[in-house]
Amino acid sequence: MTGAQHFRRIVWLWLISSVILTPIVVLVLAPGMPPGNGTVEAAGQVTDNTVLLGLATPVALGVLVYFLYACVAFRERDTSGVVLDGPPIRGNATIQFWWLVVTTGLVLFLAGFGSVELLSDGAGGGQGPNPIAAPAQAKGDPALQVQVIAQQWQFTYRWPAYGGVETQHLELPANSVIEFHVTSLDVIHSFWAYQLGVKADANPGEDNIAYVTTKYPLTFNIRCAELCGVWHGYMYDTGHVVPKSQFASWITAQRVKYAPATKSLPPYSKTYFPDPQRRGG
Amino acid sequence: MSSYGRRILWVTLATAIVCVAIGLYIGLYLTNVPGSQAATRGPAGVTNLYLGTVPAAELTDPHPTWVSYYVVNPTSTNWKHDTTFVLPANSLVHVTIYQFDGDSGLRNPFISQATGTVGGNFLLNGKPTVAIDPDSASHVFAIPAIGLSVPLEGVPDNAKNPCSNAPCPLSMDHETISFTFRTPAKGLYRWQCFVPCAAGFIQGFGGPMQTVGYMDGFIKVV
Amino acid sequence: MSTIAVTADRPPVWRRLIGFNLFMGIIGAIIGYIVGHTIGNQFTGANIAYYGPEAGQNDIAIFLGYFVGVVGFLAGLGFLNYPFRRLLGHPPTLAEHESEGEGIGRYFRLCTDHKVVAMQYLVGIGVFFFIGGLNAMLIRTELLQPNTHVFGANQYLTLVGLHGSMMMGMMTSGILGPFANWVVPLMIGSRRMAFPRIESLTFWLLMAAGVVLITTIFFGGFQTGWTGYQPLGDQNTAGYDAYIGFFALVGVSMCLLGFNLLATIITMRAPGMTWSRLPIFVWSVLATAVLMMLAAPMLIAALLMGAMDRTIQTAFYVAGQGGSSYLFQNLFWVFGHPEVYIVALPGFGIVLELLPVFTRKPLWGYRLAVSGMLAVSLLSFFVWQHHLFVSGINADLRPFYMLSTELISLPTGFIFLCAMGTLWRGRIRFTVPMLFCLAWAFNFLWGGISGVFLSDVPSDVTTHGSFFVMAHFHYTIMGGLVFTFFAAIYYWVPKMTGFKFNEGLAKVHFWTMFIAFNSTFAPLFALGFLGMPRRVVTYPTNLQGLNDWVSVSAFVLGLSMLVFLYNVVWSLVFKREPAEVNPWNSKSAEWQLPTPVPVYDFERIPVFDADPYPYGVEPTGPPVVAPAPGVA
Repeated sequence: MTGAQHFRRIVWLWLISSVILTPIVVLVLAPGMPPGNGTVEAAGQVTDNTVLLGLATPVALGVLVYFLYACVAFRERDTSGVVLDGPPIRGNATIQFWWLVVTTGLVLFLAGFGSVELLSDGAGGGQGPNPIAAPAQAKGDPALQVQVIAQQWQFTYRWPAYGGVETQHLELPANSVIEFHVTSLDVIHSFWAYQLGVKADANPGEDNIAYVTTKYPLTFNIRCAELCGVWHGYMYDTGHVVPKSQFASWITAQRVKYAPATKSLPPYSKTYFPDPQRRGG
Repeated sequence: MSSYGRRILWVTLATAIVCVAIGLYIGLYLTNVPGSQAATRGPAGVTNLYLGTVPAAELTDPHPTWVSYYVVNPTSTNWKHDTTFVLPANSLVHVTIYQFDGDSGLRNPFISQATGTVGGNFLLNGKPTVAIDPDSASHVFAIPAIGLSVPLEGVPDNAKNPCSNAPCPLSMDHETISFTFRTPAKGLYRWQCFVPCAAGFIQGFGGPMQTVGYMDGFIKVV
Repeated sequence: MSTIAVTADRPPVWRRLIGFNLFMGIIGAIIGYIVGHTIGNQFTGANIAYYGPEAGQNDIAIFLGYFVGVVGFLAGLGFLNYPFRRLLGHPPTLAEHESEGEGIGRYFRLCTDHKVVAMQYLVGIGVFFFIGGLNAMLIRTELLQPNTHVFGANQYLTLVGLHGSMMMGMMTSGILGPFANWVVPLMIGSRRMAFPRIESLTFWLLMAAGVVLITTIFFGGFQTGWTGYQPLGDQNTAGYDAYIGFFALVGVSMCLLGFNLLATIITMRAPGMTWSRLPIFVWSVLATAVLMMLAAPMLIAALLMGAMDRTIQTAFYVAGQGGSSYLFQNLFWVFGHPEVYIVALPGFGIVLELLPVFTRKPLWGYRLAVSGMLAVSLLSFFVWQHHLFVSGINADLRPFYMLSTELISLPTGFIFLCAMGTLWRGRIRFTVPMLFCLAWAFNFLWGGISGVFLSDVPSDVTTHGSFFVMAHFHYTIMGGLVFTFFAAIYYWVPKMTGFKFNEGLAKVHFWTMFIAFNSTFAPLFALGFLGMPRRVVTYPTNLQGLNDWVSVSAFVLGLSMLVFLYNVVWSLVFKREPAEVNPWNSKSAEWQLPTPVPVYDFERIPVFDADPYPYGVEPTGPPVVAPAPGVA
């Protein structure tokens, strides 16, 4: 069989498997993927992952089909023990050129697409104290600022718009843009609100801003995603996205409940440097 | 001995040494954790748990003499160095803590207010209290998974008769904190202290603050 | 390697132990540790005095103990002899203890024969590989159940840190140590490395490092994972000092190893071995050596600052006193990213070197492969911020690092293309080394593609810090490096030792390992997507099914390693069937030498006159030509 015939076979095998598998991956598997469509940013991540999967499938299939075919078609069939050599093919400029062009195109497309996704609304990731991408907000409806204070080993939340009250749990209004300010009191943690599609590291002395646009009411899991000491695995919480009216009554009740603690709190600030810092306790 | 026999000997010896080393690694280091202490049953279905907090563990303790929690009896005469407590599920547990340590101050003053207890408050030396001064906190008993958090007032610096090492009798200066909380469903939960009380470690959070058996432990709800 | 022969005129055992060897090295280490620790205990300040010398938590004492201990260890081995002799005016010499002593004894001392150092590396790294693997088995035991803990919470985190540190610290030199040291001089026609004593030093430093790491369990372990993030590390008990000591020594060893290999490849090529005739494995070693030299010092600097924070209370990483936690993350990952390419590149080299032998064709796209490796090497310095995408770095930087990280998949793709081209119309023989190379292609495919996911920032927000990342790097590092490590073992060890492996056991090892490996790590992609963070001792109960599947597969993977160990002991210690001179019919230079390779390697320095893959070229002869008479 000539090289061209092998090549045609491989291309057919690849085309058929890609045409079968890629739609299954993109239409069946991908849409149900985590983190789900609970917020605009989470849905954006699902879209992003779908595009990546959709491109990765034919690429992976290309390599796999080729290797499997080669192992079957080009195996040494002469078992007599005499070791014969194959043809001295050292390269092919055309193939190298097109491989370079196609892979470069793929990579540049992915980088561009990812940047567009990222810059449209921040994709739920922590952007540092000077974010460059925020979700579009309705006029007259500023983002709700929530400070996420990570400490060893729990998250607490502070609300600058509600008297600087600090709460033990997180409830968010639906259909709103939330601006998380994530900071830490001691070591590096990471605020990962799974169904919200938010992940922002908490560094001591730093204000890490992440945006999320909530949609409908849901329950979300919060886990710490950066090793922060012995109870890192136990540093979790459960939050809720609730209707706006329910949120308003919740935050009012929290202000009443935590009034004694609020008296002792330092004034709200983007970062905190609590004592004691030094060794010596 | 033949060369073959010698090789068998060396291989067997090496295998034996490796197995013993692995056994020691697992037995002496990895599984070297405190046991678990069941709380005592009190009257009418209320479970009682008596704890003590001291500036330093007893000098004869084989482990480091760090600041630590202990399980004690109601008269504070019997001290067990253990931080895993077995509690019944969905029940009221009445906790009394004899606090013998001085204050270190809270890192996050929010934790100066008690949460998760029955009634939303606790008894500090018999007086119902909701929050303490953050700077006078010595320790905290908190189970974050169920929202329980109770700050423990510190013994003042000018106390006449402070206790330095476990076991500490009630005659020495101490604060008594008691509260009641409801245990959740069956499972394993962890508890911790929130005051940076680990002297000698940066931010006061190393050593005893990160070691089960001192300022951290488990609640086994059965 | 001869057996231990008892002859009448050998001195008694205790006499043989006195001298500059490992035994004296251990004694020197113990004495050095005690001396250093005592000196360190004289430094007491307001805070160190809290624990005092009795509690063993004086970090200055521990660091000084390690430092003087390592110096004592090296002195006992004899590494200070040559510098002192030169200082006293003696003339320079090259070879040291190359053929002195009986067979086994050479492996327990400073020996400048590069083949001896390579065997030392193979066994030494092998021991630590298995210790790291044991830790992995214990980690998976703990993760069988979310609500029952087999080990203490602190001890579990130490297990995680030990597994990662041992693997990353030791296996970084996993191919360069044993195989580059053995094969590169032979491939380029040299009898030795450029700096033979330094070659031995890199090995013994690595062994000292491993012992230092193990001492962490006597100081309370370290609960920071192998990345050792500050300021968390600052809070740690003295076990973290052992972690710093370990990576500092590994860093020095890596730097010197890379430096030595680079100097050898550049300056010691035989006549006719031009750059365009260099075997692809040597090119991969060169690309790796550059990274080793440049990246290791960053790690040493980062750790040194951490050590200063812990001892003399500087505040490099403490935010409240003017430092920054970002400083450590950046310094670490400037090392850390080239580090993972240090781990990946030799794997590329091994695969591309072995494929021509087992397809009987020249390497396809030689220049493309070389430029791919050099491009990976260069680009690896420009991508490290992808470990920090969601940590709050300047948001303007992220699209740039997304692009640079995506770009690095291009030269990696070249390696795949060259592998695929070499297979094209070949005559493939599925020997055990070939199976491992094909497994590399499968594993690295998934590792590489998952890397593209992670390089895309929105996708990274989903998966950063989760088990998806774990799956990605295990597929690339274990699926890449460890599989090619075994390929290299089955390929070269018959030549290095002169004994052949049992083929049946080797195939059992391969298939069990390959299937168990994929069964263990493929579900981790799903676990990451389902929200399980890294380094956790507990997880939601609905993830227990997947975790149990992974744990059981991991145990099977461990069993496959036991099959390998059994094969090693059976074939190399007991059966000892002599291997053929060239069982793979390779046309590479090292296979044209007799087995075992003599101490002086070549009778005459060869002259090369053909490219390294003369397959399919008539007449089919090796590339090494006997030089004209009179040429040494």
